[in-house]
Amino acid sequence: MNKVSLNINGITVKADKGATILKAAQDAGIYIPTLCHCPDVSSIGVCRLCLVRIKNRRRFEPACRTIIEEGMVVVTDDPEIQRLRQVILELILSDHDFNCLLCPKSGQCRLQELVNRIGFNEHRFSRLEHVAKDLPIDTSNPFFDFNPNKCVQCTICVRTCHEITGNDAIDMAYRSYDLRVSTFADKPIKESVCVSCGECMERCPVGALIPKKVEHPTREVKTTCPYCGVGCGLYLGIRGNTIVRARGDDESPVNHGGLCVRGRFGYSFVNSPDRLSIPLMRAYDEYAKPSSVVEVTEEGRPITLPLVKRDGKFVEITWDQAIKYVASSLAHYKGDKIAAISSARCTNEENYLFQKFTRVVLKTNNIDHCARL
Amino acid sequence: MAGLAASFGSGAMTNSINEIREAACIFAIGTNTTANHPIIGRQVTRAVQKGAKLIVADPRRIPLCRLADIWLRLYPGTDIALINGIMRVIIEQNLMDTAFIEERCEDYEAFRASIMDNDLAVSEKITGVPAQDIVRAAKMLGSISPATVLYTLGITEHSHGTDNVRALANLALLTGNIGKPSTGVNPLRGQNNVQGACDMGALPNVYTGYQKVEDEEARRKFERAWNCKLSPSNGLKMTEMFEAAHEGKIKVLYLKGEDPIVTDADTSFIEKAISHLELFIVQDIFLTETARLADVVLPAAGFAEKDGTFTNTERRVQRVRKAIEPKGGSRPDWMIICDIAKSMGVEGFDFDNAQEIFEEIRALTPSYAGITYERIEKSGIQWPCPDDKHPGTPYLYSERFNTPSGRAKFAHVSYRPSAETTSHEYPFILITRRSAFHYHAVMTHKAEGFDELRKEERIEIHPADAATLEIQDGEVIKVSSRRGSVKAKTKITEVVPAGVVCMTFNFLETRTNILTSRAPDPVTKTPEFKVCAVKIEREESAYITKDYMRWGTGKI
Ligand code: SF4
Ligand code: SF4
Ligand code: SF4
Ligand code: FES
Repeated sequence: MNKVSLNINGITVKADKGATILKAAQDAGIYIPTLCHCPDVSSIGVCRLCLVRIKNRRRFEPACRTIIEEGMVVVTDDPEIQRLRQVILELILSDHDFNCLLCPKSGQCRLQELVNRIGFNEHRFSRLEHVAKDLPIDTSNPFFDFNPNKCVQCTICVRTCHEITGNDAIDMAYRSYDLRVSTFADKPIKESVCVSCGECMERCPVGALIPKKVEHPTREVKTTCPYCGVGCGLYLGIRGNTIVRARGDDESPVNHGGLCVRGRFGYSFVNSPDRLSIPLMRAYDEYAKPSSVVEVTEEGRPITLPLVKRDGKFVEITWDQAIKYVASSLAHYKGDKIAAISSARCTNEENYLFQKFTRVVLKTNNIDHCARL
Repeated sequence: MAGLAASFGSGAMTNSINEIREAACIFAIGTNTTANHPIIGRQVTRAVQKGAKLIVADPRRIPLCRLADIWLRLYPGTDIALINGIMRVIIEQNLMDTAFIEERCEDYEAFRASIMDNDLAVSEKITGVPAQDIVRAAKMLGSISPATVLYTLGITEHSHGTDNVRALANLALLTGNIGKPSTGVNPLRGQNNVQGACDMGALPNVYTGYQKVEDEEARRKFERAWNCKLSPSNGLKMTEMFEAAHEGKIKVLYLKGEDPIVTDADTSFIEKAISHLELFIVQDIFLTETARLADVVLPAAGFAEKDGTFTNTERRVQRVRKAIEPKGGSRPDWMIICDIAKSMGVEGFDFDNAQEIFEEIRALTPSYAGITYERIEKSGIQWPCPDDKHPGTPYLYSERFNTPSGRAKFAHVSYRPSAETTSHEYPFILITRRSAFHYHAVMTHKAEGFDELRKEERIEIHPADAATLEIQDGEVIKVSSRRGSVKAKTKITEVVPAGVVCMTFNFLETRTNILTSRAPDPVTKTPEFKVCAVKIEREESAYITKDYMRWGTGKI
């Protein structure tokens, strides 16, 4: 690929032709503050925090939108740029609802980062009127909330919804000071065409779009989404023995970091109190004299131990009993009196083993699964 | 996927998900992609944003129609008439890829003759799609390349689903859109590991990698590897199993992780069949509707609680990793199976972990031979991958097809009316679909938040039909087919055409499958889910009953 060389802050930098100044600088390890830039979507340059000085150009240019040219001389930081950035940041802060202590985004918030990096002039800032807008919070979506009082109008969410998901559920509405993210006809998000994929929430740089349940994971495990045949790569965030969040795997060749509503939010079933925990058995058998007879009455609960049924009810038995029971009863039947149905939700290894079991142990080819569905 | 296998030699998505966005023309038939496979829906959106043409064929006005250049609103179950109509126009206007047909295909002349028998006016009459739209679609498909075909249950859940797929294969061959990037015939799989379950031989007629049970040599190989004698005859397909159980021929059923009572066609029949069993073992993570009929229920571990691999719809083998400890006393399925086998004194089930099992799979399956856990540590590999240097195969058939001659066969497919048609008594066609927010029933009902998005079954009905029947929006009505009846709340909408009603089968409260028909496809035995004749009656009293008030809480 063609390389272009330019000078940033006195350093000669080489970058791909067609790259932006921001990209060239970031690749060279030079920091330029940004707010409305998100690498996954196109840049529109609305926040103006990334303004840089380019030699022989009259105006400051936004680094996130300016394409590099051979021999360009760029300055990313000088007292004038700093002042400019501070003023912009002060204006953003002036109507931001910054109760950081209570904000779930605290610590990962782009605005906090910018304040730390750029700072503000206290004198000037105190003269601005600090009236956070008092708009209602949209809590209609079951997975995330939208707090317009924290929104910095970066439009990343709008671009995400348009460019990445193609849903166009949200857009910017109203003018000037009232400018805000809105659905069609300003309805609650749940009543819009939003599919709750959470892509916008994932990219919001501040605490405006925020998951309902914020629990920070202590470790992450890379795995594959269990919900559909696309098989998106994802990381499960774990805290203790609980899945608290999921995020798309950027490196996955399938989804490139994207997830749909099921893949992103569909994990509480794993911890559902309904899970089966003990083998169950119908209670008319000898084996149904379990060490502890726990009558299981709730229907539809998940299982975590084998169960047996008694008088139409299930009782819990131990694994040893369950395995022995199944093994000894299966031994009475061989060949074509038996059929086995495997599951398209289980792993390859399990499907392999199950068909091997059916063919080798049960001596029949009566094995199938719901493939045709 | 027997349809694809018959035409090309194997039945999987021919191309990759990532190639969709590079396609110049996309033909989405019977797939509500944005809802069922949102990530693939995004690829389609991306392609359209970049200027690709999109043709959608679906009786319902699905979200994809908004992006479509042409929307072919065909009557449910008339896909073949539509596809054949399109192909006739392509042949008539000489838009086919003659070089490709000569080089790579066979049986063209007979096929051509059979297609020319289709009259466009008849196609128009059967499908309800205006002839000029068929012509427009044909011109697009015939002249724009690369073109890709996407389809899902909409096309396979018919009593003639296999023929539908073969018709699509014909279309791809005719236009030379196969064996190249961004082309192909691409079934989008529903459940996460349907592809893997097929690859692994969880089928009555094949071992792993589609090695045939009836093939002497393949059987010998597995007999040697497994050190036992194997049955030389094909087993029963799932629908046949339930029939055999019903007749008392099958006495024992071992069911793993499926819930046929909720998800299969004609629920009451299946319930009856199960009651005739002598022993019914269920292995699942929840006490499902079906599990409640079992004699023994074995609690299995969920996907986050075990190691292994899934194979996605584009044949990519990917890792699943254990993230948390199994809940309560549940155990991974493979462990349970090994324990039972060992307890029965059978050898060959001494596995300590999933990787050991995978090594055995590799050794026996040529298409998986080059895939190892180390190689797919970072990202998955698409089979066929014959050796450990092979990078995997993003698209199939670039050189030859998997048929004995290496050439693809044009199949003769003609339109047959659905096994069940409307009558004076049952005047409506019911089509079923899945809701975007629910994955079959159990998993998402247990996950918080999903029930809130779509709380209950709403049967979609066209305003004109609603007016004739004097039905109001949100009213509870009784829907009956020749097999049974269910109640549901109405949703009056133009998403469905007049004469057609639509329900999902994601809700336990309304077991839509009580209505659906069992008439299966002659080859794959897929029951007819999509098309079924129903009548609709008002149910005044339902307004006030307590039963109705309780609906939709999502409680089971
Ligand atoms: S959740 Fe998804 S569909 Fe809804 S607004 Fe955000 S990006 Fe758009
Ligand atoms: S909600 Fe977040 S992403 Fe959207 S405009 Fe506001 S700050 Fe930006
Ligand atoms: S994230 Fe959505 S599209 Fe991706 S595999 Fe999961 S369910 Fe399918
Ligand atoms: S990041 Fe460049 S203008 Fe906002």
